Amino acid sequence: MAGGVPNLKVRSSHTLNRSSQLSTESAVVKWFLIGIALLYLGIFLILPLACVFANAFNKGIQAYVQAITDPDALAAIRLTLLTAVIAVPLNVIFGIAASWAIAKFDFRGKNILLTLIDLPLSVSPVISGLIYILIFGAQGALGPWLMEHGIKIVFAPPAIILATIFVTFPMVARELIPIMKAQGNDEEEAAITLGASGFKTFMLITLPNIKWGLLYGVILCNARAMGEFGAVSVVSGHIRGLTNTLPLHIEILYNEYRFTAAFAAASLLAFLAIITLIAKSIIESGIYQEMRLSGTDSGDKSV
Amino acid sequence: MSIEVKKVTKSFGNFKAIDNISLKVDTGELVALLGPSGSGKTTLLRIIAGLETADEGNILFAGEDARERKTKDRNVGFVFQHYALFRHMTVYDNIAFGLRVKPKEIRSSSEQIRFKVRELLKLVQLEWVEKRYPWQLSGGQRQRIALARALAVEPKVLLLDEPFGSLDAQVRKELRQWLRRFHDDLHITSLFVTHDQEEALEVADRVVVMNKGTIEQIGTPDQVYHNPANAFVLNFLGNVNLFHLRVEGGKAYMGNKEIALPGVQQNVKAAKLYIRPHQFEIRRLPLGNSSIKAAVKYINPAGMTVKLDLKTESGDSIQAEISQAEFAALKLQRNDQVFVNPKEITFYDFDI
Repeated sequence: MAGGVPNLKVRSSHTLNRSSQLSTESAVVKWFLIGIALLYLGIFLILPLACVFANAFNKGIQAYVQAITDPDALAAIRLTLLTAVIAVPLNVIFGIAASWAIAKFDFRGKNILLTLIDLPLSVSPVISGLIYILIFGAQGALGPWLMEHGIKIVFAPPAIILATIFVTFPMVARELIPIMKAQGNDEEEAAITLGASGFKTFMLITLPNIKWGLLYGVILCNARAMGEFGAVSVVSGHIRGLTNTLPLHIEILYNEYRFTAAFAAASLLAFLAIITLIAKSIIESGIYQEMRLSGTDSGDKSV
Repeated sequence: MSIEVKKVTKSFGNFKAIDNISLKVDTGELVALLGPSGSGKTTLLRIIAGLETADEGNILFAGEDARERKTKDRNVGFVFQHYALFRHMTVYDNIAFGLRVKPKEIRSSSEQIRFKVRELLKLVQLEWVEKRYPWQLSGGQRQRIALARALAVEPKVLLLDEPFGSLDAQVRKELRQWLRRFHDDLHITSLFVTHDQEEALEVADRVVVMNKGTIEQIGTPDQVYHNPANAFVLNFLGNVNLFHLRVEGGKAYMGNKEIALPGVQQNVKAAKLYIRPHQFEIRRLPLGNSSIKAAVKYINPAGMTVKLDLKTESGDSIQAEISQAEFAALKLQRNDQVFVNPKEITFYDFDI
């Protein structure tokens, strides 16, 4: 914050003879802003990440390996993967269906659907979890019936998966809606006039056109599904080896002062984050490429 | 295959895009749907293709009700305004698309498809772009590839939505003539939408002039240009000067000059007279009683003809066009006094 004051002075003195000093000012501002960004990144991202790895390995590789091959840790990893494997594909199906409907058709209640899709983003994850307790819990609407039939949802993997689906609900749809809107219906209509069926049109035209956006959505969705804490924490019941996902497992280890083990497990999530970021940047360059291509396209259109 | 549009109506919400339109396009004809934007011409084309459904009325293909058939089974070639080429496919794959998505039983072998695609590329004179992607092509090339793609499935009807709308003037002219020649060779029933009157008049066998969802006139280019059915058609098909005439005792007057209008009745109170810019004769000296005195306000000598802005004594402005030879003979300068004589009268209307 202290850096802001001299910069303001620079600004005001330059307004007097701005024509000659304009570029100097922008360079100062540029480096100032870059400095802030780097400082911010360093303190809030790099440092914690480094801490995670330092703590994870501070008792040597053996302790690390032991921590992540602990049966409870493995169970948590399995449950986390299972959750993602179920939540992500469902999200993809829903995301494509919803964005297709919203981007390509006009219907009553379209805005309501759009708002509903965004709902999980605006609701606290704790509430997302509580919803399922209220529906499926012992005191919930369906709880007694479920208990009678011996179906366990709350404090069991089904609730964890449901809560994760709820929380990740908007991820794919939100990525696809703007892309589909921008692309319009022309290519699909062309395919249909050429004799393609609806299914072939979707597989051969729509899907290739949205593939980068879809991948991007999948990556974000997967990261959220594996990393979700709040909603899952509410419905999980924290049963070791049964209903703990990786984030919950980390919390338990930490609360028991088993720092090395906690950080070792955390490093797995950190790895996931790094892989996600790399995949994201690769996909983004793909999207950029795509936009550049269709940009040239639309550029010529308006001639 | 002939197309018949029967009493078709289509609304979007409260907006009536097409209002009870009937139209017949004969086999092998090239017809232009001409109208300003919002006149419903594209909607009509899309209804024929099956991309929109009519609220009322129906479409007959060769006398057969087309409502039963889905778009993909209508066997129409549709060329979109912005080409709608598949951006992730090469030119070759674009053209081959229609052949490859056919059901297995009737699908050609990849050998046959290759032959067909090459043939079409030759037809549109773009053999060398086979491996390129749409974004690597110019607008005119994309347009021709879009046409080749539509023709690949051997449609019985070709529908073109503003085919030259997004091209620059030079390419547009070339493609226009090319489309005409192309149609003369293939004789496929074609319907194209345009808002460019010059394009419609130059290319089409018949022109359908549309306005606000209805048809104003159907006729050959010659008919619609020289015998417009109403003031809208007249206005839309080129520049025209409008004069408000006073009518007294069965005689029409422009200012104090009497203008001979056949068919003026006693009950007529006023008349509107339309004269195209090239239908004026400009003289240095008055010719008879009907010459209108005017001052030259602006001269634009660039082009085939010389365009003049004139101002009459009563303050009306007249746009006139004379040949370069006439212009040279008159030695006109700005602010010169001239006398204007209508050589012929395109159209007039009476207010009763």
